[in-house]
Amino acid sequence: MKPAPFRYERPETLGEAVSVLREYGEDAKVLAGGQSLVPLLNMRMARPAVLVDINRVVGLDNSEIEKGTRRIGALVRQSAAQDISPLVRSCLPYVGHFATRNRGTVGGSIAHADASAELPLALLVSGGAVVAASSRGRREIAASEFFVTHFTTVLEPDELVVETIWPETGGGVAFEELAQRRGDYALCMAAAVVRDGELRVGIGSVVDRPTLLGVDPDRPGASAAEQVEPYDGLHASAEYLRHLVRVLVDRAVAVARARAA
Amino acid sequence: MAGDKLSRVSVATRQETWVGRAVPRLEDEALLRGEGQFMDDLAPIPNAGHAAILRSQLAHARITRLDASRALAAPGVAGVLTGQDVRAMSRPFPVGVEGARPYYAAAGEVARYAGEPLAVVVAKNRYLAEDALELIEVDYEPLEPVLDARVGEVVSERAFSYGDPAAAFAAADLVVRQRFRFPRWSCTPVECYGVVADWNGATGSLTAWANFQGPFTLHSVAAGALGLRGSKLRLITPPDSGGSFGIKATVYVYVVLLGLASRKLGIPVRWTEDRLEHLAGSATATARETEVEAAFAADGELLALCYDAIDDVGAYLRAPEPATTYRMHGSLSGAYRVRNVAARNRVVLTNRCPSGLNRGFGGPQLYFPLERTMAIAAGRLGLDPAELVRRNLVGADEFPYRTPSGGLYDSGDYEGALDEALELSRYAERREEQHHARAEGRLFGIGLAIVVEPSISNMGYITLAQTPEERAQTLPKSGNAEGATIAVSPLGGITVRIGTTPQGQGHATVCAQVAADALGVEPDDVEVLTSVDTSTSAWTVASGNYSSRFSGVGAGAVHLAAQKLAAKLRAIAAHELGVEAHEVELREGKAWAGEASVSLRRLAGLAHWNPDALPPGVEPGLVENAFYAAPNLAPPDAQDRVASSAAHGFIADVAVVEVDRETGQVVVLDYTTVHDAGRLLNPLLVEGQVRGGFAHGVGPALFERVEHDEDGNLLTGSFMDYLCPTAPDLPPLTIGHRETPSPFTALGAKGLGEGNTMSVPAAIANAVADALGIDELELPLTPPRVWELLGR
Repeated sequence: MKPAPFRYERPETLGEAVSVLREYGEDAKVLAGGQSLVPLLNMRMARPAVLVDINRVVGLDNSEIEKGTRRIGALVRQSAAQDISPLVRSCLPYVGHFATRNRGTVGGSIAHADASAELPLALLVSGGAVVAASSRGRREIAASEFFVTHFTTVLEPDELVVETIWPETGGGVAFEELAQRRGDYALCMAAAVVRDGELRVGIGSVVDRPTLLGVDPDRPGASAAEQVEPYDGLHASAEYLRHLVRVLVDRAVAVARARAA
Repeated sequence: MAGDKLSRVSVATRQETWVGRAVPRLEDEALLRGEGQFMDDLAPIPNAGHAAILRSQLAHARITRLDASRALAAPGVAGVLTGQDVRAMSRPFPVGVEGARPYYAAAGEVARYAGEPLAVVVAKNRYLAEDALELIEVDYEPLEPVLDARVGEVVSERAFSYGDPAAAFAAADLVVRQRFRFPRWSCTPVECYGVVADWNGATGSLTAWANFQGPFTLHSVAAGALGLRGSKLRLITPPDSGGSFGIKATVYVYVVLLGLASRKLGIPVRWTEDRLEHLAGSATATARETEVEAAFAADGELLALCYDAIDDVGAYLRAPEPATTYRMHGSLSGAYRVRNVAARNRVVLTNRCPSGLNRGFGGPQLYFPLERTMAIAAGRLGLDPAELVRRNLVGADEFPYRTPSGGLYDSGDYEGALDEALELSRYAERREEQHHARAEGRLFGIGLAIVVEPSISNMGYITLAQTPEERAQTLPKSGNAEGATIAVSPLGGITVRIGTTPQGQGHATVCAQVAADALGVEPDDVEVLTSVDTSTSAWTVASGNYSSRFSGVGAGAVHLAAQKLAAKLRAIAAHELGVEAHEVELREGKAWAGEASVSLRRLAGLAHWNPDALPPGVEPGLVENAFYAAPNLAPPDAQDRVASSAAHGFIADVAVVEVDRETGQVVVLDYTTVHDAGRLLNPLLVEGQVRGGFAHGVGPALFERVEHDEDGNLLTGSFMDYLCPTAPDLPPLTIGHRETPSPFTALGAKGLGEGNTMSVPAAIANAVADALGIDELELPLTPPRVWELLGR
């Protein structure tokens, strides 16, 4: 469990960071909190030629609020993220453990795009966006466009996530998850926002990326379950996971409705 | 944890002795300062090369080519040891069953489990060693793996019958027949294996530092594989170890492997096992399938018990296996008076990592079927499970009690402990609550587990794998002894050295308490050396940290050694004070005769500096060795009866659960355990042991299993998929204690660190079965599995 050799770069400004990424492109991997990447490196499942440590890049840990919309710097640690929104506050207890949240970053979790990670689902259901920077400039990408599939986003190899944008959801929100142990990767998770009678539901873990579902307001869980095709896994059968979608979506919607009322 | 009740010790604290008091751990300051001395903190020899181990990727395959030439040319590489080298340089490990498949420290032509070592690369550091490992080219010819224990090669089979089971079944009003599977699970210490090996060519000897936990029988096994007489294998353990729970017994295999690497390459070699290696290649508990037949009379009397067990020990029968199969042999009847007992034991090989020691060792595999059977029978007899248990318990007036299979239960009041558990858990109220919960459609269950917890294993029980005729041809094995050394320095400082290789339990604290009582000093005045060195320590084959033997024989040996030293100090003091030795009392760091006293420091000075002044017949110096052997541990008799352990604690547990009907998730609302482990030497350490054993039992009950796919690939190869419960996953625990001293141990103490690992899977399974109203279930009771049981 020792990583393969890699070159280590530690830029201190955003300009340096994107220029390093432009230079090395696909050979580079960005290191933020390292809670997912470092184990992958140690197990040699990730073998980047260059590791770009952005922890000292100035300005990436700022947060701003503007008309209820929060702009969260990529290096803001998960443990400092609970004020982003009630939905983020509801999902954070499921994000790893106390110790990993002190190190893991909001931007890192979004960029890593693990289908069973909570923050990407929360961003999607919030109708949020990602701001990416490169030597070519900056662009804003809606969360609904950002996630492609497991560990894959629309980011170009020379782009760095610098910020995530969290609009105020308003209404009632809920985040429901079942994991076998505290802090484990979820078997299934569901998030719901109820506002002015409108219902927004998203699920994670049982799909290849955080996914918004159009659900029947009268039978949200059942209609959600009809739309997923989970796989049999070590810990649970496809049938069980589909069942969990029904249960957790129903629970999330019920809690969100109660909070909205 | 929040909501927990504190331990209850139902005897008065003994103010007159240190033993019995909740003395804070003497170990903790160093640990909290980061000054512990674990394997990786030791640099016992300079310039060691770092090893990385190439492991088989397939569960069963012929190795048609293994080419290390590119690895040998890689930067910083000192050399490579291959499985073929291991074959040429060593012998198969000895094991207690004739004709078992030869087992070496690395695979030769055929690999038999995914994770089996194929070669060792030694380089300047671990990074370079792992880089070079990737350059070794291996061609595999896949062979069909055996993963179903029922079709595995049987390496040992024996059948036993005590009393007259056939007659009992013929007379029974109820016969319960049920098949049970106990899963493979493991110990997962924070610190994995570590070895530094240094071969000395001039003397033809190996010095190895390893975080080995004993039993030191395995020192002889390692020496046998290396072809060395024992004195040529000097094995040294570090002062601290980051947990073991049994699994570090098997580090001996790597002492041999790395020893051979050092011998071949001519340099010292260091290896630290990583987590992936640990989960794939160290050891796991033995998985057991058991078919139970139990005969009951209509009034609930258990008339006869028959077990038909298949133990899956993995790819090789590796010493000390098949010990799992026989560790509980004297306790086949559990806590019950039943006199008719039969057992058939088959030990089989599959293409999985070989099994090894694991907390509970044979106990969880026995009590899960036995206690499930009792719960099933209660249901069929229309009796409350607690009532059925009560009608069958060995009575308080029957001790010492000889079980049908030869076990000798030393002491206890089983019914009293059961009553206490029922009271502490508010059993009657909980049953009422269950009644209401069911009326509301909730899945609410209560489960019991009743366990006799053996400690201090008879080194001879393993010979039950042989027939009485075969045993008669070999030297008998019996007993369980431990050694200790105590010394007083010229300035009066006291040092105790032990052979129990603690792995975090707090042995040093207890030894200091024991020595302090004997010598009339305070525990802080006593240094305790926990590092074992087979060339200098007082040890024997039974030494080590297993079968919960410390409080019985480990502390017992310190007690004896300290008593010997105290006798000598009294003799010297008597001479000084002009009285008889029996008139001298040791207390407050002095020897007293009435109002007159002489300090321990002065007595030590006499023995060291002024031997001329010693009384006639007293040797100079102040060093005593003592060995304490637990009594009543004879070899198995001609009828295959054996007292497999010296002491027997008792545990009565009550689990209360609610099952989420929608998700299948089991929530343990509360868990009560009442122990009778004889005299408690240190209640603080007792609580730590009980909580640890509890957590280790919650593992296979709800979370942990070692799982392979149909090709034998390990699916639970990291902590992402091998799910050990963590602190927030553990249910609230209420602990009660009673103390019925053991007449068979020096201080009246019995082991207690393994019992909850034996009881918890059974109690939680009984509670879930009660909640669901079913008989058949399989561990661990994960949400998807319970959902299946709910009929979806």
